[in-house]
Amino acid sequence: MMSRKSLEQASPWILLVLVLLVWELLCRAFNVSEFVFPSPSKIALALQDQAGLIAGHAWRTFWVTMAGFGLSIVVGVLLGFLIGSSRLAYTAVYPLMTGFNALPKAAFVPILVVWFGIGVGPAVITAFLISFFPIMVNIATGLATLEPELEDVLRVLGAKRWDVLTKVGLPRSLPYFYGSLKVAITLAFVGTTVSEMTAANEGIGYLLISAGSSMQMGLAFAGLVVVGAMAMAMYEFFSIVERRTTGWAHRGSQGH
Amino acid sequence: MAHFVDFRGVWLAYNDELLAQGHYAVEDIHLQVKEGEFIAIVGPSGCGKSTFMKLATGLKRPSRGTIEIAGREVDGPLKITGMAFQAPSLLPWRTTVANVMLPLEIVEPYRSTFKQKKAEYEAKARKLLQSVGLGGYEDKFPWQLSGGMQQRASICRALIHEPKMLLLDEPFGALDAFTREELWCTLRDLQATQKFNVILVTHDLRESVFLADTVYVMSKSPGRFVVKREIDLPRPRDLEVTYTPEFTDIVHELRGHIGAMRKAAASGSEVAQ
Repeated sequence: MMSRKSLEQASPWILLVLVLLVWELLCRAFNVSEFVFPSPSKIALALQDQAGLIAGHAWRTFWVTMAGFGLSIVVGVLLGFLIGSSRLAYTAVYPLMTGFNALPKAAFVPILVVWFGIGVGPAVITAFLISFFPIMVNIATGLATLEPELEDVLRVLGAKRWDVLTKVGLPRSLPYFYGSLKVAITLAFVGTTVSEMTAANEGIGYLLISAGSSMQMGLAFAGLVVVGAMAMAMYEFFSIVERRTTGWAHRGSQGH
Repeated sequence: MAHFVDFRGVWLAYNDELLAQGHYAVEDIHLQVKEGEFIAIVGPSGCGKSTFMKLATGLKRPSRGTIEIAGREVDGPLKITGMAFQAPSLLPWRTTVANVMLPLEIVEPYRSTFKQKKAEYEAKARKLLQSVGLGGYEDKFPWQLSGGMQQRASICRALIHEPKMLLLDEPFGALDAFTREELWCTLRDLQATQKFNVILVTHDLRESVFLADTVYVMSKSPGRFVVKREIDLPRPRDLEVTYTPEFTDIVHELRGHIGAMRKAAASGSEVAQ
């Protein structure tokens, strides 16, 4: 019999296979038209047939997303540092940022097209706009939740604000930072795809729209699968980075 | 001889609004401590013990009165002090020895020579850790240590820059009774060899009588020193002393003062912290 641990490790794959099986069976049993809802086997076929085309669009979506994501790391960390290290900045900036975050980012795309034209510009900016917020909030939270006693211990030694921030605040907020990267990267893919749907001639978003309008549902679904797979792969990548760099924050049951 | 710690008529209100209302966290504190003396401050919770700590380290300035420590008026954070609290608050991403060395990265004269003399400072930190029974645990992370060990490391961190005065705010409050007594002895031995001043804030009367030369009892709202009791038990004190009638009598006497205050306060006054 399978041990509990290996069952746990295999469980996502088992679930995936089960879902695909049920999907396939339902499509066949009810004879669902390929133009309405293609079965997994049809999607796989489309993936195989048009691998070159999909790969080209996927690569475009990938690097555009990474560019927007890189931008959001820089801006998110700087803003997070600013509002996390000063109460005044926190009070002043936070409500505005929350309001901004509540706006649907898809609504920015037409404006961005006016500013940057069709193509890379709007996609990068949309990916950035949608993904910097969790990074900023997490850095700020890590910095703002220092134990007051520890701060006293250091301040009495003559520590400047900067000392406290660099010796304690920043290392402390690193686990929050890596945690936020996992969330932000998936959001960035959403931003890129949404933007490409209306404001690009390349990328998975564009592929989805063009495949949909020409009734190539297998291809459209294949595009969705590819975006999902890329986002999941990046999520896993950042989980590994997180575990490697800030293991002390994820010690599980071995600590106290 | 001048006193090492000299509080003269010290009052503190936390902000201007409370000051205008005449609402003080501590009132009319007079305290004279000799060099190398170990004092303990006991009292009910919320009586301003922690406020007193902030005053003695220069983190808060008094609203009225003057505080002199080591012959100088306190006008800012006092680097010749070390502090430890009930929570060890060690940094989980640093090893125990790196945690202990943290103050050296901040306070002068160590700060500017930290890079050159790192090996020397590390040896010093290791020696200090060994002296409190943490030999072999220096390279472990704090979360791999027990609560008592973490608290020992926290006290080492407070002592690494050889402060003239150690301030402890209920440092053993979260530990079990046996561990607590072990740490009493650790602290007693450290103080006996290094002769620094200690101000220990606690609500454990046995702890205060066992460790201190002088015990002060604080009352709650207003936070004042109401009783000063010299502990004339001979040193070095062994844990056995806590079972002698002399010891018990002193604890009992202090308990009496606190009981009387609690009765008086029961008429109803809000907690001032």
